[in-house]
Amino acid sequence: MTAAPVARRRGRAQRHGGAAVTLIGPFVLFFAVFFIAPIGYALVDSLFTRRSSGLGLGRPERVFVALDNYVQAFSTPVFVESLGRLLLFSVILVPMMVLTALGLALLLESGRARFPKVFRVVFFMPYGVPGVIAALLWGFLYIPATSPVLQGLRSIGIDLAPLGSDTVLFAIANIALWGFAGYNMLILIAALQAVPSELYEAASIDGAGQWQTIWRIKLPLLRPTIILVTVFTIIGTLQLFVEPLILRPLTTAINSDFTPNLAAYNQAFSYGNASLAAAMAVIVAAMAFLASFGFLSLVNRKGNRAW
Amino acid sequence: MVTTTQAPHQSRRPASTPRSTWLGSTAVMAVLVLSAVYFLLPMVWVLISATKSPGDLFSTFGLWFSDSPQLGANLSRLLGQDGGAFLRWLGNSLVYSGIGALVAMVMSGACGYALAIYRFRGKELLFAAILGGVLMPATVIALPLYFLLNTVGLTGTYWSVLLPSMVSPFGVYLGRIYATSAVPDEVVEAARLDGAGEVRIFLTIASRMMTPALVTIFLFQFVAIWNNYLLPLVMLNDTRTFPVTLGLTLWNSQIQRDPNFYTLVVTGSAVSALFLVAVMISLQRFWRAGLTAGATKG
Repeated sequence: MTAAPVARRRGRAQRHGGAAVTLIGPFVLFFAVFFIAPIGYALVDSLFTRRSSGLGLGRPERVFVALDNYVQAFSTPVFVESLGRLLLFSVILVPMMVLTALGLALLLESGRARFPKVFRVVFFMPYGVPGVIAALLWGFLYIPATSPVLQGLRSIGIDLAPLGSDTVLFAIANIALWGFAGYNMLILIAALQAVPSELYEAASIDGAGQWQTIWRIKLPLLRPTIILVTVFTIIGTLQLFVEPLILRPLTTAINSDFTPNLAAYNQAFSYGNASLAAAMAVIVAAMAFLASFGFLSLVNRKGNRAW
Repeated sequence: MVTTTQAPHQSRRPASTPRSTWLGSTAVMAVLVLSAVYFLLPMVWVLISATKSPGDLFSTFGLWFSDSPQLGANLSRLLGQDGGAFLRWLGNSLVYSGIGALVAMVMSGACGYALAIYRFRGKELLFAAILGGVLMPATVIALPLYFLLNTVGLTGTYWSVLLPSMVSPFGVYLGRIYATSAVPDEVVEAARLDGAGEVRIFLTIASRMMTPALVTIFLFQFVAIWNNYLLPLVMLNDTRTFPVTLGLTLWNSQIQRDPNFYTLVVTGSAVSALFLVAVMISLQRFWRAGLTAGATKG
């Protein structure tokens, strides 16, 4: 993702400074207060801790402890486990998401699909279902008592336990896939439709088949959009919070600190350790940036520009 | 997609025989239909289950109606429970999402427009910072924001959810790339010669040219606020201020105590899912306009 190409618009800056401030000001103010300030607050607060003096009477004291909270976070086994779990979850979900969205987009735009508009709406529809409700619904579909799917599979001799400890990450990934695959598909379709039709014409005249058109024309042109979808999916996985929270009563495979966000939430509201929670939030933010920029620099290396 | 009536070179190598085309189309349709079943399954399940009694929910096949459907009874219980809490939550969600998205649309639309039209020092740095905001997981913001708003006593109020919801960095991004291509310099210059002020040019002329992008910003933000769970979870403690997502999980947590809550959660999920899906489908063309801009001009 690069900054949008800016048209050359010269000689306006000085004359219209006031107007620019009026138009930009409100957003920048809100952005500063509700985006930048919390991040700054978390960064600062993560360097402090609150200690109650003596018998715990009186106001707790705020003490500078440098990186102690980070050390503590990384030496808390459940938190480190949740980081590893999140990584594994990304490895499961990101390829699943990108391939599904890409596959559906290519199929709908292949010219061989009937009623493409109907399918597009059906695939996109779950995007409007809140994650909480999606998790509630899939929760019912994951327990044998209410799931027609599991009951059907059982009647032909297949016993599935989606919420078992080996499968629970896939069960959660499936909820995310269900919710967002259609949305990502729409982004990819929009990019596909922007390809000038002369390109397809030329390819067909040169005798390119469907597959060749996909490999040689569609995928290379979709590259930036695929990268965009991948980055957004990576960031999405780092937000993992509500699905495990909702599914937790249904299974023993999800503990209370299942993801870093849950761990941070618990530190803040169950254990009253806001500073440790802040450190954990900062760690997740750092991971988001590292993952996004790591992925971007990986795909933008010259050697990887093969397609 | 492209039909060439006259293609002299096509005889060189036919792309595919009729038979393989037919096979290909059938395979394509098979995959699409299977995918549709997958995407529809939870929705169909919840709509059917919303007609069942708590007992039938567990004793009858999930994808077909029970012998004694009671959708009416479920709906009236849903609306009557806790003194009409569900409608109140639905109304709260509408307020949070509607007002939040409206203000977000105006603020980020204006900011995106100004970033496209004016040149000033630090512009690209500002834009980069805003793009960084797009990459920031919302969950990371919510916790520190709670402690921050707590110091000024805002937590627990409507404002604690409403105000943070008015910020859409993605909207600025979309607004800028759209304005760059959709608002010609000449139009802005002409309006200036006619004596229109800068803010008025945006409000009366540019905003009209940016309508598809603005509607898209509104829709994205509306859905984002409607679906946001963590922010209201940390901010609110009075159930009267809850949005519908938070309210449903409140009922869900009482299922163990009273199985009647199963029907409330299922029927409530069905109603709120249907509501937003209907909104989205009816505004579908606007989604596509905005997504096209986002996907191709980025």
